[in-house]
Amino acid sequence: MSASAPDMAAKPARGFRIDLKTAGPLVALALLVLLGIFLNENFLSYNNLTNVLARSSFIGIIAIGATFVITAGGLDLSVGSMAAVIAGVMIMVMNWLIPTMGIGWGVVLAGMAVGILVGGVAGVGNGLMITRGRIEAFIVTLGTMGIFRSLVTFLANGGTLSLNFQVADVYRPVYYDGLLGVPYPIIVFALVAIGGEIIMRRTAFGRYCAAIGSNEQVARYSSINVDNVRLLTYILQGVLVGVAVLLYVPRLGSASSTTGVLWELEAIAGVIIGGTTLKGGYGRVWGTVVGVVILGLIGNILNLQSLISPYLNGAFQGVIIILAVLLQRGRRR
Amino acid sequence: MSGAMGTSAPAILSAHRISKSFGDIPVLFSIDFDIRPGEVHAVIGENGAGKSTLIKILSGIEQPTSGTISFDGQTVTLPPNGAAEAMGIVLIHQEQNLAEHLTVADSIFLGREIKRYGFLNQAEMRRRAAEIMATLHVPVDPDARIGSLSVADKQMVEIAKAISRDARVLIMDEPTAVLSVGETQTLFEQIRRLTARGVAVIFISHKLDEIMELAERVTVLRDGQLIATIGTQALTPDSIAQMMVGRELSNLYPPKHEPDVDAPVVLRVRNLSAQGVNDISFDLRRGEILGFAGLIGSGRTAVAEAVVGLTGRSSGEIELNGKPVDFSQVSQSVDAGVAYMTKDRKGKGLLLNMGLQPNLTLLTLKKHLRAGFLDSASEARALERAVRRFDVRARDASVAVGRLSGGNQQKLMLGKTMESEPDIIIMDEPTRGIDVGTKQQIYHIIAALAAEGKSVIVISSEMQEVIGLSHRVVVMRQGRVAGVLEGAEITESEIMRYAAGIKQSGHDERISA
Repeated sequence: MSASAPDMAAKPARGFRIDLKTAGPLVALALLVLLGIFLNENFLSYNNLTNVLARSSFIGIIAIGATFVITAGGLDLSVGSMAAVIAGVMIMVMNWLIPTMGIGWGVVLAGMAVGILVGGVAGVGNGLMITRGRIEAFIVTLGTMGIFRSLVTFLANGGTLSLNFQVADVYRPVYYDGLLGVPYPIIVFALVAIGGEIIMRRTAFGRYCAAIGSNEQVARYSSINVDNVRLLTYILQGVLVGVAVLLYVPRLGSASSTTGVLWELEAIAGVIIGGTTLKGGYGRVWGTVVGVVILGLIGNILNLQSLISPYLNGAFQGVIIILAVLLQRGRRR
Repeated sequence: MSGAMGTSAPAILSAHRISKSFGDIPVLFSIDFDIRPGEVHAVIGENGAGKSTLIKILSGIEQPTSGTISFDGQTVTLPPNGAAEAMGIVLIHQEQNLAEHLTVADSIFLGREIKRYGFLNQAEMRRRAAEIMATLHVPVDPDARIGSLSVADKQMVEIAKAISRDARVLIMDEPTAVLSVGETQTLFEQIRRLTARGVAVIFISHKLDEIMELAERVTVLRDGQLIATIGTQALTPDSIAQMMVGRELSNLYPPKHEPDVDAPVVLRVRNLSAQGVNDISFDLRRGEILGFAGLIGSGRTAVAEAVVGLTGRSSGEIELNGKPVDFSQVSQSVDAGVAYMTKDRKGKGLLLNMGLQPNLTLLTLKKHLRAGFLDSASEARALERAVRRFDVRARDASVAVGRLSGGNQQKLMLGKTMESEPDIIIMDEPTRGIDVGTKQQIYHIIAALAAEGKSVIVISSEMQEVIGLSHRVVVMRQGRVAGVLEGAEITESEIMRYAAGIKQSGHDERISA
């Protein structure tokens, strides 16, 4: 029964059987793409695909942050409202800077910096209350979700905050243009995904996240500074919400109390579909990317066909979430 | 002692030629087993011998791959998921299965609540719980939360639960692993009361002396095979151990090599006070194995956790190699060469859902960074070394650690602790719940560490272990040092006298070697 030492490090060959637990999201994605091709020849068109991916990139970037939070056994429900506040503050700061800085990239860059800063600060707030304040993540972020949402309504005075249209013109290309035909949001999404995957797999921080989510006591006894790692996941989440928002603002050039509504649930859904366990201990960033894209494709495919009402989008997403978890539960002994 | 029904009674529960495989891995081979009313039947074997699988089959949690189970003379298929409890077969798990937030009364009647007009009849449940606890002579308040009870009292609640279910077959998986000597005796009294009423008890334990004392018959398993079922009178602890291991077990404890008298003091603790620790002082010398004995709850673990900075201390000084240190975080003590190995390997020691490699390197992940990134080749090499050095046996490195046997988990945890290359190792219950073969291996590792100049503190509730290993023994009682024993003074009776408070040494006397 004892394997000799050198064999042990190598994983045994698993044959050609597809392991649904690992490859499930990829299989689902492939099926959706085939379905899309079958239903509408425009599905594979450049315009359609870049459109779907660019729209998915906001949720995707946020969901990558959520992957770390959830892997470490936490939860952040405030990201949607946080996005709205960041958008609102960015627009106000940019409008306010126009008289001093004039119309141009200076204002836009300042706005971007403020967006990331506000996200980071919001993450620090969430994280400190959870780690130092010893309040459950669900409760803290449920609270800040309400606070952020009402804050943006207050800032917009119940209406809409609009970016000065001349600045919006300068800012516009950040969403609508791209490099070599690939829109910037998709490029940023891809970079964040690659960076996230590397951090999760190849750094001590990623390993610590999984350890804490798996068993906080074991992590503590293994000399891991649990509070600091946790805090960092919330800060990373906040910063990534900031990144997502600075891609989002040029799309509409406005923010209101309805900005980012339900983004937190879409992000969490993407994380779960991707195979990260909701109670923590195991996370994978590439899975989250696939999960978010799956959610985006469902909406897109429903819009491209005429048999089923696109209003059922949410229902299909819901079914996919439940199916994903069922499949990933696997065959337990 | 013999039960009410004697040895001629027909078996109440029996298994005929049962085999069990998980996937294509066989774990039990054609086992015969039976238990009669009023009998205590012990099942022993090394970790991984198949004991847990056997009792899972006998309680319906697992179904045998082949073979039959008879209950009351009828061939039956036991219902899964604990439904066999309704038939009177109750399994008390190794890991206690009580919800921390429920009260004692709630727990006893969980799943079979007494109702009146569809609502819970709290008063009646409380009354009956109190009644059962009284028959067990356990002074536990039915309204107490489970979380507030000692491990021993939780064990009693489990037994009370079984009694309230009119158990006819009670299966106990290592019930004494976490009990002190006194608590074990109380448990045995309960078991004798139950057998006198005709309850059949299947008892799993690694402690051979307990089995000799309690059981009428012993079934020995090894590598999934039935080795023998024998009456206890025909056995000695040695012969049982030999059957379990399949080889002669000599030198359970390695020879002691006392450190030199002038070996330097590496760890000096003075007047340490913390939660559950009161004014503790002791010295640890280079190359020394210092035993910490005492009853459960006497504060030994609390001392260790305060020393390494897992818990805060309210006063006292700690000196490492003559220099004062103040660890406020475990990472600081690890960096300084002081490592603590927890007694709770499943709750605090290992990530049960992860593989061997991430568990081994978790404490020392920084060693495996190259340019800021994890070097998995370096981690794999560390695992290879540790597997060889500590003889960790697993099918492959990716298997979840939770599925290893207790002994292999313990050896992996030892490997993890030793990865930090500590000079001072504090081992808390290093052999809890593991088989005698693995125990011997761990004892020899501990002795080898001391021989190469490391210093080891062994906290153990197994008196024999403390005596067999330690050069000196600190006996603790109620958070204080009750006495320090050396050389020929290290005897069971002497330790017991200090641990029970019959004898007490003067303050500061003989604290240093």
